[in-house]
Amino acid sequence: MTERVDAVLSVERVSKRFGGVQALQGVDLEVRRGEAVGVIGPNGSGKTTLVNVITGFVSPDRGRVLFRGVDVTGLPVDVRVNLGMARSFQTPRPFYRLPASRNLVIPLCSSRARERLGTGWGRREEVALDLLEEVGFERDAPAVAKPAAELPHGYLKRLELARCLALDPEVLLLDELFSGMSPAETASLIPLLTRLRDEGRSLVLVEHRLAELFQVVDRVVVLDFGRKIAEGRPAEVMASEEVRRAYLGQEVAGLA
Amino acid sequence: MSEVLSVLLYGLVQAAVLLLVALGFSVTFGLSGIPNFAHGGVYILSGFVCWYLLRKLGWPHLLAAAGGVAVAAVVGVLLYWLVIRPVRRLVLAEVIATFAAGVAMLELFRWMGLVTYEFNLPPVVAGSVTLGELAVDAHRLAVVAAAAGLGLLLWWFGRATRTGLALRAMAQEEYTALSLGIREDFMATVSVALGSALAAVAAVLVLPLGLISINLGYDAMLVALALTVVGGTERTAGLVLAALLLGVATVVASVVLGPHWSEVIYLAAIVAVLAVRPSGILGRLKELEERV
Amino acid sequence: MRTAPAGYRRERLDRGIKVRSEDVFVLAGWGELLYRAGPRLAATVLLLVFPLLRPWTGEYWQTVFLVALAMMLAAVSWAFLENVGLVSLGHSLFFGAGGYLTALVALELRAPALVAVLVGSLAGSLTCALLLAPVLRLRGVYFSLVTFALPLLFSRIIEATKILGGTEGIVGVPGLGSLAARQYLLVAALLAAVFGLQRLLDSDYGLVLHAIRDNDVGVRASGISVGRWKLAAIAVGSLPTSLAGGVLATHYHVVGMSAFALDYSVLPLTAAVLGGPGTMAGAAVGAALLVPVSELLRAFGTLRVVAYCALLVAALVAVPEGLFSLARRRYYQFERWVPV
Repeated sequence: MTERVDAVLSVERVSKRFGGVQALQGVDLEVRRGEAVGVIGPNGSGKTTLVNVITGFVSPDRGRVLFRGVDVTGLPVDVRVNLGMARSFQTPRPFYRLPASRNLVIPLCSSRARERLGTGWGRREEVALDLLEEVGFERDAPAVAKPAAELPHGYLKRLELARCLALDPEVLLLDELFSGMSPAETASLIPLLTRLRDEGRSLVLVEHRLAELFQVVDRVVVLDFGRKIAEGRPAEVMASEEVRRAYLGQEVAGLA
Repeated sequence: MSEVLSVLLYGLVQAAVLLLVALGFSVTFGLSGIPNFAHGGVYILSGFVCWYLLRKLGWPHLLAAAGGVAVAAVVGVLLYWLVIRPVRRLVLAEVIATFAAGVAMLELFRWMGLVTYEFNLPPVVAGSVTLGELAVDAHRLAVVAAAAGLGLLLWWFGRATRTGLALRAMAQEEYTALSLGIREDFMATVSVALGSALAAVAAVLVLPLGLISINLGYDAMLVALALTVVGGTERTAGLVLAALLLGVATVVASVVLGPHWSEVIYLAAIVAVLAVRPSGILGRLKELEERV
Repeated sequence: MRTAPAGYRRERLDRGIKVRSEDVFVLAGWGELLYRAGPRLAATVLLLVFPLLRPWTGEYWQTVFLVALAMMLAAVSWAFLENVGLVSLGHSLFFGAGGYLTALVALELRAPALVAVLVGSLAGSLTCALLLAPVLRLRGVYFSLVTFALPLLFSRIIEATKILGGTEGIVGVPGLGSLAARQYLLVAALLAAVFGLQRLLDSDYGLVLHAIRDNDVGVRASGISVGRWKLAAIAVGSLPTSLAGGVLATHYHVVGMSAFALDYSVLPLTAAVLGGPGTMAGAAVGAALLVPVSELLRAFGTLRVVAYCALLVAALVAVPEGLFSLARRRYYQFERWVPV
């Protein structure tokens, strides 16, 4: 009983050069519905650039990005978001002056949120609080009402995740969600991520924290100096010579 | 034939004038992201200072010019520390503040009555030169030479050093900037002072072509803005190209259509560039890319 | 501001009335109701009554009142755009556009004055929005650059090419009823602008607009089209100013290059920054103060502009929240010494 699943996100031979640096070189990536893919690699390997290209913050020199079969390569960021892509930022970019719940008002004003989450007049605060609860804010805790500028790093990362969820995305691109979080915080998010995947959403997780990552993803892609050097199941990939060489000198946490 | 050559030559001179006038603003804006709307004010101020040193105190021309440049640089430093830096909290506050400072300077001069014929600067080089069939005054050639020299210098500076880009990135990313503290202030001060000094150099070279008129201060801002928009601030080459295009275009326009049509050209150029290539002819739309 | 005596620190508290009326909507009687609504009522009453005081104030000050209303509209408009991160250094652009288009509609289309004003103002703000549309994708600074350049360019082009009446301008613009009629039209527009735009900024949409100013990358990542929202903001926000330009055109019966003059750019800016860029009412109050003062100092000519600019810089540095916000804070809060 196999269902035919098409690729919801397709990156085809994407290349990008910044000044003297070739950030991405002919990178391909395919993500299917309900699949969680990890993107790993040493620092500077182009992982964030890849996310930027997919979501529209950077336009590639060559190659294209297809979302649900549609070529979105030229489209602006907000259009792609309303089609169903959402990304979190490596360094959180909340609206600092606003408390967490009000932060979510902005994505809830997008046309996608209005359609899918029914956030017309008055419902936004309610939906925002629900979302915050999902990502681990306690409903009546002071953290919800404090300006985002006063929130600790872990909460800001969760807020980023909540912002993505406010857009009811089909594809979630999370750039180093776990970085800076304690093991306990990270562990608390894993059930949420697996649930999102099981709901039929696709996840693309750029990560350095490999042990936690491998609990969520089925497949891993390895980038090094802008090229894809390996792809496959976590165990296979980590056993590869080339991958080990790329990571030489860096700690590879928690693997046999 | 000599008509065409003449137009081209004067177009080149005009391009040099535009480049010189815009350079100060563009350098400050490009280096540290600060749009110094007091540029026009500093331009005229240094003209008056040079005039005073030359005509009233009898200093030799070169020394008076140097004095003008020095005063401009000091004013630049003061501008940063007294006006720009204290207001950097508000978004775009430095725009408002430098705009106010510039207008205040220019209107103060106007109120002081510095508008008569006696306010003029002599040419840097006297005499005229014959190129084939054309006679051009040496001063205009000096202007072209100076513009070429400065343009080249700044192009080299932009390529050879990465500080320019670093400054820009710092200026835009508030949090990085905060953590770099003093260094950012130093770089910003340098960029404003340098831009002001360049404005003074431009004043010494360009103002002799006419009188020191207050409205030229506003003109200077207009030119700086037009070149910045048309050329893009990313590379000096863009600025030079924009200067050449606008310089020749305005001269052609004033010959063919009439003297006041240069402003129409500026407007048309700005509108056209914004509609078709908003980042400028040679600029690249780095807005989003640089910030993510 | 006095310094704290030894062993004490300053504590700032909201007055009970503010806390109650904002959170729980409970007011303990007419006294409190009046305290809350008082300033707004007083201001509104003053605006409505001033035209009736003509026999006492004389014609001259009634005209000043009209001009003040126009500048108050411009200041409110400026402040609204500033809230979206659009700092206009050439607000006279909108003023002139409204004036010229009103004149054209009245004279070319033979429309009655009121229609001309309404249609002309709308056309004015839409035209300006379209003109500025291409620059919206760039950094906020470019908006300031272009708004600085456009009025200067327009007035010189008009001078050079003699279009739109050249240096003399378009003469014969029909009047709009009596002076009082014009005043009340502007009063109505002002009240609508102040209360309407403030409500907008306080709403969820206002949250988005402020977010566009502070973090437009985050806004884009949240699925909002920044360009379209900014365009809408300009179309809406410039309307008060073009209306002011249109009405003044019917008052003077002529509109010329002077509509694009620096004065009409500097004054709203100064008024808004002085009064408080955050609030619409603050901007209006700032203009209400500056215009009469400007009239009184007419003898000083262009030195007034110098004074505005100096005042502007001082306000930016010393009182960035603006005088209005400062006053309002005092009204609703009180301070006391508390032992440390």
